[in-house]
Amino acid sequence: MIDTLLANLDTLLLYVFALCAFAGAALMIVLRQPMRVALALISTMIFLGGIYGLLGVHFIAAFQVLIYVGAVMVFMVYVIMLLDVRDPAVRRRYSKLLLPGLVAFALLIGVLAYAVWNALPAASRTAGSEGFGLQLFATTFLNAYWLHFELTSVLLLAAVVAAIAVIRAGARRDG
Amino acid sequence: MDKVQLLLTLAAALFALGLLGVTVRRNLLVMLMCMELALNGANLALVTFAHQMGEAVGAVLVFLIFVVAAAEIAIAIPIVLLLVRRKRTLDPGAYSDLRG
Repeated sequence: MIDTLLANLDTLLLYVFALCAFAGAALMIVLRQPMRVALALISTMIFLGGIYGLLGVHFIAAFQVLIYVGAVMVFMVYVIMLLDVRDPAVRRRYSKLLLPGLVAFALLIGVLAYAVWNALPAASRTAGSEGFGLQLFATTFLNAYWLHFELTSVLLLAAVVAAIAVIRAGARRDG
Repeated sequence: MDKVQLLLTLAAALFALGLLGVTVRRNLLVMLMCMELALNGANLALVTFAHQMGEAVGAVLVFLIFVVAAAEIAIAIPIVLLLVRRKRTLDPGAYSDLRG
């Protein structure tokens, strides 16, 4: 019993992580307080990092935790702490679009699940690759996709300039 | 259940839940977080395909999505703060007087 469990530990952990990530995502829809939603999202991201680690793409797992949890979500948590919790938007969870949103959710999940379960069989059965290492990723990234890499730096610069412009526009209106 | 199918189903579920959150929640910050959830679902699908094919192209795309997500948050949060300073609420329904 224990031996078979240990032999399939990878698969077992994958299922556990997938279940936990889904539970965190579902909690995000249900919870009321923005801080709790942020913590649910952080747990989902960490479990996704665990899944990436199990798949063998360790550098993606590291960057998932570093960039998403370490930068994006810390920023989000700071902003939540800045804002007023007596806001009526916090007390009432759902907007008027609850029913159309649920219908669209059901349709989308139906179509995607149908596609995953029926339209994919041949490709998924041939899976057997052991993933790839950092070396293949780095050479692919900086040989074939160097232009995209440079364009991201332009995008980040534009984002910084735009953030400063937005802040200054707001300050001028208030002052 | 096949591993690839499990992960793709999870990716689809994460994306759909993110879309549901953006549609039904009544809080601008929670809507932003649900957008991040949808991006994470797309990332998981890309990593799964990259792992299945043994090629690094999917991981390159995931990297670019990381950068786009960081830039998106860096722009969106100041805009949300300015909106809150104007009307003292995070409810997107309060801003329906913005035409267009």
